[in-house]
Amino acid sequence: MTLVRMVGITKRFPGVLANDSVNFELRSGEVHGLLGENGAGKTTLMNILYGIYRPDEGEIYVDDRRVRIRSPRDAIRLGIGRVPQFPELVDKLSVAENLAVLFPENIMSRKRLEEIRSLAEKYGLPINVDAMVYELSLGERQRVEVVKALLRGARILILDEPTTVLTPKEVDTLFEALKKMRNEGKGIIFVSHKLSEVLSITDRVTVLRRGKVVATLETADTDEEELTRLMVGRRIVQRYERKKVPPGEEVLRVENVYVLNDKGGEAVRGISFTVRRGEIFGIAGVAGNGQKELIEAIAGLRKVEKGRIIVGGEEIRTPYQFRKYASHIPDDRMGMGVLPSLSVLDNLSLTLYRRFSRMGMIDMDDLRRFAEKLVERYKIVTPSLGAPAWQLSGGNIARLILARETAMGCRLLIAVHPTFGLDVASTDEVRRTLLRLRDKTAILLVSEDLDEILQLSDRIGVMYRGRFIGVLEADEADPEKVGLMMGGVAVESG
Amino acid sequence: MKAVKERLLPVAVKLFTKLLAILLGLGISAVVFAAYGVDPLYAYSLMVTKSLSFRGASEVLTKLIPLQLCGIGLIVAFKSGMWNIGAEGQMLLGATFATWIALFLDVPEFSRLPLIFLFGLAAGAGWALIPALLKVKFEVNEVITTLMMNYIASSLVNYLVYGPWKGAKEWGFPYTDKFPKSVWLPTIAGTRIHWPTLLIAILTAFLVYFLLVKTTVGFEIRVSGQSKRAAEYAGINYGRALLISMAISGALAGLAGVGEVCGIHHRLRYASSISSGYGYAGIIVAWLSELNAVASVLSALFMAFLFAGGDLMQVSLGLPIGVVDVFNGSILISLLVSEAFGRYNRPKWRLRLK
Ligand SMILES: Nc1ncnc2c1ncn2[C@@H]1O[C@H](COP(=O)(O)OP(=O)(O)OP(=O)(O)O)[C@@H](O)[C@H]1O
Ligand SMILES: [Mg+2]
Repeated sequence: MTLVRMVGITKRFPGVLANDSVNFELRSGEVHGLLGENGAGKTTLMNILYGIYRPDEGEIYVDDRRVRIRSPRDAIRLGIGRVPQFPELVDKLSVAENLAVLFPENIMSRKRLEEIRSLAEKYGLPINVDAMVYELSLGERQRVEVVKALLRGARILILDEPTTVLTPKEVDTLFEALKKMRNEGKGIIFVSHKLSEVLSITDRVTVLRRGKVVATLETADTDEEELTRLMVGRRIVQRYERKKVPPGEEVLRVENVYVLNDKGGEAVRGISFTVRRGEIFGIAGVAGNGQKELIEAIAGLRKVEKGRIIVGGEEIRTPYQFRKYASHIPDDRMGMGVLPSLSVLDNLSLTLYRRFSRMGMIDMDDLRRFAEKLVERYKIVTPSLGAPAWQLSGGNIARLILARETAMGCRLLIAVHPTFGLDVASTDEVRRTLLRLRDKTAILLVSEDLDEILQLSDRIGVMYRGRFIGVLEADEADPEKVGLMMGGVAVESG
Repeated sequence: MKAVKERLLPVAVKLFTKLLAILLGLGISAVVFAAYGVDPLYAYSLMVTKSLSFRGASEVLTKLIPLQLCGIGLIVAFKSGMWNIGAEGQMLLGATFATWIALFLDVPEFSRLPLIFLFGLAAGAGWALIPALLKVKFEVNEVITTLMMNYIASSLVNYLVYGPWKGAKEWGFPYTDKFPKSVWLPTIAGTRIHWPTLLIAILTAFLVYFLLVKTTVGFEIRVSGQSKRAAEYAGINYGRALLISMAISGALAGLAGVGEVCGIHHRLRYASSISSGYGYAGIIVAWLSELNAVASVLSALFMAFLFAGGDLMQVSLGLPIGVVDVFNGSILISLLVSEAFGRYNRPKWRLRLK
């Protein structure tokens, strides 16, 4: 049975044709993958289905009936649920309060809480309703979004790059839940850049390229190579040469550091390590083991309770000191990495403006020229430099941050999930960029993507419950060992 | 987060919406005028013709000065995310310190006027810095504190003019003595326009525009107003940006206070006679200009026209002050509401407080 049929959907934004007569079909009981490069129009298509944008042309059928979806409210009424690319919960409220909006008069009762709990359990997606949203990891927030959509009775579920913020284990949990939903006859649209995931969970795949559908395939009949070729139009080989660079001077020194989390608990408990110029130090670990707090402490954004952090020979106490020597690609892109309502130019200036300042004045002409160069060199697709950043696609926001943080060179680069949300080609480019920068820069890489960590790092520290459970040299690390350590099993090193 | 993301209309359409809104406001108040037995068309034509007369226009320009200064200052504060409701109090503090120097401080005569300006600015800035510090240090909501400080400021002024500073030659009126002539600001002949302040007000509009667009401090203020987290991430000293923006905001309001006492009254008087709500109207000036300092000259001019027109209707048509307020109010509300319609592609169902 066909749940959704989108026929001839066209959507134009000033200067871009985001969707170009797209035909898309979702059957009941299938997981349908939606693939495409950054800016190919995936989110736009989903926003149209969810009633956030109206198509310029085209028709939508739900259950074979022609429908007009004017707002998410209409979409919800039709049984369409959406899990956004970046969780959109209210930070300062608890999970229960965030879910209360689903009920009449926004009242949350014991019975309703029970209902939520049993639904969450049914799909194996446990959530803590008493937690404040800001305390949750991005993965946990996303789980709340999934539950929220299910509570609304969604039978058509849109997941826009759901796994970018998830740990491998969370991905498994999510996939189990998706399989249960599929077996119940729900239809799921799964937007992702990770081909292996798409191949493992989906039944069919639709590939978009520059707003057009290039193919809809049975997953069983295709493979990674074909999908890549369809998306990018060429093959991409993900092999990285990691030449040994003789390590230079020490740039970052972390000495027996203790840091608290937002709740006042000890998140980092006595970590020490150094990073030298010419090396990439990778931090692996399941999210929530203190990585976030450690990175914030290094960047001067969180208080160091005990111990010292030294960057470029200076003990770091404020973000300003940190910025003198270092760049930082944060994982919270929309909340920290960009200012969504300021222009692309302002966002590119965010951490660079000081370098264009003389006696308190910013040389705007110079800055603008530089920004133009960045947009070109990093292939940031934007209507103009003056367009607000929220208009960019997820991948282009990632590119904007990458451009800003790596373009001018610095002594230390902290890269947290630098390839989140990037398509295959861009991921490849980012990894190459990091390896190239390594010659002149000390790099601290945080990632939950084991492949990424293993491919790029010279040394790997595995974090578990606020400590390094072990630090491995690149040649003694393999996925199995690191995976075990991430789970808390201490493995003899070297 | 896409909640506040909205695309703004092209300027022409925007102006057109505003014009419609003004017409709507005129329509609403026409009903009220009619109820009072005044022909609304006559009232409106009177307002326009009189405002275009020499006397009328000069009154508009006189009122423009404090509105413009308060408004630009507020633009700076709002850009940093500080919801400064306290321009009124900051203005009164400026007026108070100006009076202190004009009447009570023993300084060489030539330095008296410059000192008045200096202290007026500083007093306004200082008054604004108190809530700013409370916000930065203890996260106290600035809307409440700035508002409260208005009451304190106006009580202070009233206490002074009734008590210790009451003039010896004023037969019991709540006035201080007149300022020495040396500190009266020059006016354009035949008007009350104290032109040096007017000049400063216009100049400031351009300076502030420049500050926000081209300077590092301005950039830091704009970023801080968007997100504290992002500002700190970028290595910007968030607290400092807020303090600077509030100091500028308060200083400009203080300057408005100096202008009123040295340019018009030549003495300190009862608080509500020094400012008939210029500090509050400044909020609307800032808002109508969409926080664009240069555009604020136009919105200040418009507000000044409403203020002067209100006075005029009271005098020429004998309308009670309440009706005049209804007139101003309905136009302003129409304008503010039109803001909400002047946007498209706005996912309104996703509006969230954040
Ligand atoms: N509201 C908008 N205004 C203007 N342009 C927009 C808007 N929304 C999207 N676009 C543009 O439309 C194009 C498609 O964007 P979309 O977000 O659909 O891409 P995507 O396939 O989801 O990419 P990603 O993988 O990077 O998330 C992009 O070039 C984007 O800049
Ligand atoms: Mg997207």
